[in-house]
Amino acid sequence: MNRECTDPVCTNGLCCTRIQNFGVALGSYEILRDVNLHIHCGELTCLIGPNGAGKSTLLRAILGEMPHAGELVFLDGRDRIRRRPTIGYVPQKLELDTTSPVSVYDLIAAALSDKAVWFFHPKDMRAAVRENLDRVDAGHLMDRRLGALSGGELQRVLLSLALQPVPDLLLLDEPVSGIDLAGLKIFYKTVSDLRRAYHLSIILVSHDLNLVMKYADRVALLNDKTIQAVGTPEEVFKHKKMSDVFGLDLMNGEGGGS
Amino acid sequence: MTEIYRVMDALLKFDWAGHDFMKNALLGVLLVTPAFGLLGTMVVNNRMAFFADALGHSALTGIAIGVLAGFGQPIWSMVLFSILLAFAVMAVKRANTASTDTIIGVFSSSAVALGIVLLSRSGGFAKYSAFLIGDLLSISASDLLLLSVTLAAIIVLWFLIFNKLLLVSVNPSLAHSRGIQVGLYDTLFTVVCAVAVTVSIQWVGVLIISSLLVLPAAAARNAARNIRQYHFYAVAIALFSGISGLILSYYWDTASGATIVLVSAVIFAVTFAMRRARR
Repeated sequence: MNRECTDPVCTNGLCCTRIQNFGVALGSYEILRDVNLHIHCGELTCLIGPNGAGKSTLLRAILGEMPHAGELVFLDGRDRIRRRPTIGYVPQKLELDTTSPVSVYDLIAAALSDKAVWFFHPKDMRAAVRENLDRVDAGHLMDRRLGALSGGELQRVLLSLALQPVPDLLLLDEPVSGIDLAGLKIFYKTVSDLRRAYHLSIILVSHDLNLVMKYADRVALLNDKTIQAVGTPEEVFKHKKMSDVFGLDLMNGEGGGS
Repeated sequence: MTEIYRVMDALLKFDWAGHDFMKNALLGVLLVTPAFGLLGTMVVNNRMAFFADALGHSALTGIAIGVLAGFGQPIWSMVLFSILLAFAVMAVKRANTASTDTIIGVFSSSAVALGIVLLSRSGGFAKYSAFLIGDLLSISASDLLLLSVTLAAIIVLWFLIFNKLLLVSVNPSLAHSRGIQVGLYDTLFTVVCAVAVTVSIQWVGVLIISSLLVLPAAAARNAARNIRQYHFYAVAIALFSGISGLILSYYWDTASGATIVLVSAVIFAVTFAMRRARR
């Protein structure tokens, strides 16, 4: 078993996450195979690829929600291996309709404590929830219903939740639609700031190539069940596979964008 | 029990409250409706209305099996069978093969059909038709004891597991990422619903039991802006329609379970209209 991290960044006393030989199959149908990915702390890695390439599945496998082959190794700053790192997760969407009475406070308080939110609303809990939301400038949303939030506001609320406790690895599944460009820009900016503030390892499933170009430290292209290219945005966007997948000459300003 | 009756006599100086069966029925309503109000909030959140209906229907098969096996009280075979059905639906749901809606429909109608076939075997179904409409007025003191134990258990459980149930219902993957065993809580909630439905089915009736679960919460949803309001409105609406439905059924000489459901349906309509008007 390969227990030491040979990646130079990892041996410099910095933390990193290694996804090794991940494979996911549903019955006899293979969704992912031989996925290898190194994610360094303080880096925003954007995962891109066509619809149905398995991006969300990869996140759910990393979460341990889906059975998978291969392993996830997290090395903390002192080169100690942790098998079960704390993972923060921002899902694409929530399972609720617009009439749902669940408020932002309810969601966060329910996650932070065991005191039943249908009965208790203690003052110190309200303070804790507000503090949590303030980290992503969403304190004013506390008493709004989740169903009444815009796509961008909901993403920020979910992001604040994923940061408590501060995770070793942050997984973000960006919605395919439903967020306006302004909201999306705020979201990328917030994520990008958090990466520096908390020195986080972040994987962001991303659909907006312009924003990826601007904010990502590294890009991984997922297609045909596995990672096709990894590198800086410039490297990946120039890669031959990239134009195979997206069919555009991205470096000349024609591609990307929603 | 006589103590309770004396208190009730002192408090309720009404014509309808003079009879012991009405006192028992009122106590039954006071025990059943809050529990259904609480559970209903999550049933509606999780879009499980149809599933609740199937749970009610499965009770019929439970009764049949109980009768065939010669149990004096079919309640235990009912509870057992509805839990069994709950597990079956959960298992199929997890396998994620066909639409859950269809699966529940298949289970539900098969359970009803099996129940009717078994019960009508020697042409004696009429005896059991009471289960279809329910009879609140036949609640006995020992039934009330069972109901209070169930209500107490549900409230305690609701304090203990609600937050986790909420996260699971909002997004299972998110719940998983926070260390919650999604399958365990899903199952727990389903089993609690199954038990609550079966212990009350004799008095509410197979045909309308799911409405008692769904309507108060659905009405509360029209007005509530957070989970706490949602719960308090749901329980209040459930209690109000329970008590007023019971009294109305006394004067109208109608089936009490159905009258209760009708009152909550009216409340739903009113809150729905208010919601539309507010926009």
